[in-house]
Amino acid sequence: MRTAFIEELILLARTNPRIFLVVGDLGYSVVEPFAREFPDRFLNAGVAEQNMTGLAAGMASEGFHVFTYSIGNFPTFRCAEQIRNDVAYHNLPVTIVAVGGGVAYGNLGYSHHTVQDYALMRSFPNMLMATPGDPMEVRACLRYLVKHPQPSYLRLGKAGEPVFHSSIPRLEPGKWVQVVKGHKAGHVLLSTGGALGAALKSGKTKPLAGFSIFSLPLWGMQQKKAQRSQAKPWSQIVTFEDHFEEAGFGSWFVESLGSHLRRKIDVETRSLNPKISGIVADQKALMKLSGL
Amino acid sequence: MKNNTKSQNASSQFAQSIRGMVLSMVAKVNASHIGGALSMSDILAVLFNGILNVRPDQPDWSQRDRLILSKGHCCASLYAALGLKGFFPISDLQTYGRNESLLMAHASHKVPGVEFSTGSLGHGLPFGCGKALAAKRKNQAWRTFVLLSDGELDEGSNWEAILFAPQHKLDNLVAIVDYNKIQSLGSVAEVLELEPLAEKFRAFRWAVREINGHDHPSISTALKSVPFEKGKPSCLIAHTIKGKGVDFMENSLKWHYSSPDPEQLKSALSQIKTKIHQ
Repeated sequence: MRTAFIEELILLARTNPRIFLVVGDLGYSVVEPFAREFPDRFLNAGVAEQNMTGLAAGMASEGFHVFTYSIGNFPTFRCAEQIRNDVAYHNLPVTIVAVGGGVAYGNLGYSHHTVQDYALMRSFPNMLMATPGDPMEVRACLRYLVKHPQPSYLRLGKAGEPVFHSSIPRLEPGKWVQVVKGHKAGHVLLSTGGALGAALKSGKTKPLAGFSIFSLPLWGMQQKKAQRSQAKPWSQIVTFEDHFEEAGFGSWFVESLGSHLRRKIDVETRSLNPKISGIVADQKALMKLSGL
Repeated sequence: MKNNTKSQNASSQFAQSIRGMVLSMVAKVNASHIGGALSMSDILAVLFNGILNVRPDQPDWSQRDRLILSKGHCCASLYAALGLKGFFPISDLQTYGRNESLLMAHASHKVPGVEFSTGSLGHGLPFGCGKALAAKRKNQAWRTFVLLSDGELDEGSNWEAILFAPQHKLDNLVAIVDYNKIQSLGSVAEVLELEPLAEKFRAFRWAVREINGHDHPSISTALKSVPFEKGKPSCLIAHTIKGKGVDFMENSLKWHYSSPDPEQLKSALSQIKTKIHQ
């Protein structure tokens, strides 16, 4: 996903002079091609995420579309108030890019596990969440974000993730993207972020075999209303996310349905179990421990 | 010489007008932060009378100098200065802090002339770094001034920005510290001593000057000579008195919070009026 991100950002920056990349002293063997090609639109702000985010807002207020880049919790929780007050409240085109979504950093441990970021980032009214499920969705998310600059959060995995889409899907905020057409009418798996692989795997075995599978890479507070019409045809919906259940994607989805649909549709949420915190294991094992 | 004296008289009068407005605005809605609003009134008066290149009738003019009030709790002074300069009808000042007013009791970017909403401390300087860097990258000549409180220098985010600005040679950035020596719950010396403050900024590779923040010729001379050194951000440490201009408010922690009652307001306004006519 990191490679797809930087490749696509370079392509977009060639025709969009507003794009500016600021990194928090991270991105080794990822960001160098961008820095080489656009030295005037690249900056290493150092290990100083509050300043990085504040200055990104300042630059965005002068016409740049600024991408801040770091690992998981560093460009989000470490500078949460700068995101809240400087970026979101001023409605500035800053895209916060976090690598290592979910438990992609495995045995690097809790400091590097990005498992509460949805809770924080989805609480800002105008923040568009971009949580792609594969490298194709990364490219699609970036294209959308650059075309529609606004406060946004792009959550990436790490490297080497499998590709699930045969081509770059066309995305609209709040709209589900079909990945698998199931034969079991009325039953669907809805995934966001790095849980798409787990959803696809679950869709091959009982009790979820035959379910249709959709991905929802662009979502947020403003996309809640759009969920109702898409949820209506289904009798059972199982959500997947590599994030804790609390204030995550599944809970966002349940909130978005409203009381009427909540009574009609059987919704189950699958997420990471907080008990994995502190366990030394790789991503696959941590996902498995959570039933993903 | 004659012109200088004339303009300094004008800025001194302007400062007293700010103080008068602030007292009335704050008292009317029983608000706080008079002390810090009064301590920075002279700095604002000089900025708006001969330093800042701005157009009141065109607040978003692209080549304007940017003024960021990082100590957003003292916005009453900034609103008063903007109202007096004609960024919006001066009568709007009477709505300060009232229901449905634009004039929120912490600096709001929805007010013409206010660049950035603040209220939580430690946000102005990083944002200002971004503005200054944008100007550099776009080869534009406008400057960014950030007005900070002393207490807010406790925030680590400021020190991230203080490291950053010289690294990128932001000599189009000016940090002005309203150093009134009293913060929210005690004196700066008691809470987290900043001294030697000038030495700290110098050690971080800023060009630094210290002045009496109520002496208009000193403020003006310093601000007219930025950048103090080519290739370095400038820091102007303005030694001020919290509550300056009203004897019973000066150097008192109480006036970080209290709002004057009618008798106190009368007395305060009469002191300000006397100084205007001096």
